[in-house]
Amino acid sequence: MTVEEQVKNIIMEQLNVTEEECLPEAKFIDDLGADSLDLVELIMAMEDHFGLEIADEELAQISTIKDVIDYITSKQST
Amino acid sequence: MKRRVVITGVGTVNPLGNCVSDTWEGICAGKSGIAHITKFDTSDLKTKIAGEVKNFDPLSFVTSKEVRRFDDFIIYALASAEMALDDAGLIIDNRNSDRIGIILGSGIGGITTIEREKEALMKAGPKKISPFMIPGALANLAAGTVAIKFGTRGPISCAVTACSAGNNAIGDAFRTIAYGFADVMISGGTESAVSPLAVAAFNAMRAISTRNDNPEAASRPFDRNRDGFIMSDGCGIVILEELSFALDRGATIYAEVSGFGSTCDAYHIAAPPPGHPGAVRSMQLALQEAGMDPSDIDYINAHGTSTALNDRYEIEAIKKVFGDHSRKLAVSSTKSMTGHLLGAAGGLEAIFSVKSIDDGIIPPTINLDNPDPECDLDLIPDTMRKQDIRTVMSNTFGFGGANAVLVFKKFEE
Repeated sequence: MTVEEQVKNIIMEQLNVTEEECLPEAKFIDDLGADSLDLVELIMAMEDHFGLEIADEELAQISTIKDVIDYITSKQST
Repeated sequence: MKRRVVITGVGTVNPLGNCVSDTWEGICAGKSGIAHITKFDTSDLKTKIAGEVKNFDPLSFVTSKEVRRFDDFIIYALASAEMALDDAGLIIDNRNSDRIGIILGSGIGGITTIEREKEALMKAGPKKISPFMIPGALANLAAGTVAIKFGTRGPISCAVTACSAGNNAIGDAFRTIAYGFADVMISGGTESAVSPLAVAAFNAMRAISTRNDNPEAASRPFDRNRDGFIMSDGCGIVILEELSFALDRGATIYAEVSGFGSTCDAYHIAAPPPGHPGAVRSMQLALQEAGMDPSDIDYINAHGTSTALNDRYEIEAIKKVFGDHSRKLAVSSTKSMTGHLLGAAGGLEAIFSVKSIDDGIIPPTINLDNPDPECDLDLIPDTMRKQDIRTVMSNTFGFGGANAVLVFKKFEE
C-alpha cells in the first residue's frame, strides 16, 4: 500500500468518512467534520501507524490530507 | 402550584435484553441474566460472574467513531434514550427543546476507560493518552452526550449517589417538571462498571457474591444463603412529562410519578445502620409527597441487593413504615434476575414499576429457596403474579448513606 492509501485508510477509520470524501485538498475541520479532539486522535493514530513523532510546532502546518501525506513522505525519505 | 408528572416512554439495555419488551418477557418468566464474565480474564479475581449486556450491537444506535470514543456507559445511555424517545413518540425540535432537560445517574462513570488509559500511561507514557479519556469517562457525560445527540437544551444534571443514583435522578427530574422548570425530562441511570478494577475493589469490600459455580443462582435476595450482590451493566431511561403537555400531544401514559423521598443515613460509608431509619424516612417522605397512606401501596420493588445487611434491614424498615399492611402488600427484588446495575438500578426498576402498573403483573424474586426467617413478607417467590396494581414504591439505597424512594401510581385523569 502506498503512503497515500495508508493515510486515507486511517482517516476513513478515525473520522468515519468515505473514500470519496478523502480528496487531497480536503480540510480535516472544514470538510471532514473533525473537531480539535478528533485531530489529536488522528495524529496519534498516524504516529502509531508510521512509527514517527509529529512535533506540536509542526502540527500547525497540517490542515489537509495532502499535508499529512507530504509530511509523512518527507519524514520517511530522510 | 405543583404540576402532575407522567411517564410516557421507556428504554433499556441490560443483562436480560436490549429493549424493554425482551427484558420484561425475561422478568415475567423469572429468567436470570447472570453468567460468567466474558469481557476480560477473571483468573485472578475472586468473583468471576456478573450481569453483562449481551448481543448488543452499538452500531444500531451510534457510529463506529462514537463506539471508539465513548465508554460503554455512555453508549448504553444513547441507545436507551433513543428507544425511550421513540416509545414516547416525542420529537424534539426548536419549538420545545428549551423546555426539555435531562438528568441521568451513574454510580462510577467510565471506570473501564480510566483503567485502559492508565495502562497506556504506564506502558507508553503521557503522549499516548486519548484526548477522549476525560469526556469519555466523566459520569455526567452520559447526560451531556444524550443532550447533544437529541438537542435537549433545558436543565441538565447527573446524580452520582452510587446505587441510588437512578432514583435520585428521576426524583429530581420529577420535581424539575412539577415545579415548572421543564416540561419534559429524560431521566434514569446508566452503568458499565464490570471491569477488573471494580470487581477486585468490590471483592476487597466483601460486597459481591462469589458463587462462581452457579451464576444464575448467585443473586438471591432475601434467601438465607445469599452471599453478596452481583454487579451488572446496562441502562434504564424513562421519559417524564408534565401531564397536560403529554395529553396535548396524545402521548400514551404508562403511569404517574407521585412521590419522591430522599434522605441520608449519616452513619457509615457503605453499611446501613440497624433497622435502617434513613430508609424508613425516605419511604415515609415519598408517601407524604404522593399524598398516600401506607395502606395505599400495592407493590414494593425492593432495593433487595442480596447482601446480608441490606435485605434484612430493608425488610425491617418496610415493616416499620407499613405496619400490618406490610403483610398484605407484595415485595419483590428484580435484582434476583438482573443483578445490581448500581447507578442504573433505579432507572431500570422504574421501568419495571410502571410496567407492573401497566400490565397488572408483579415480578418475582427468583432463587428464594430458603427465605431468611427475618425476611418474612410476601416476596413473590419464583413466579410472577397477575394482580391489578394501582401503586408501586421503588426503593434504592446507596453507599454514602443515600436513600432514594419513588412512588408511582396508575394514571387517572
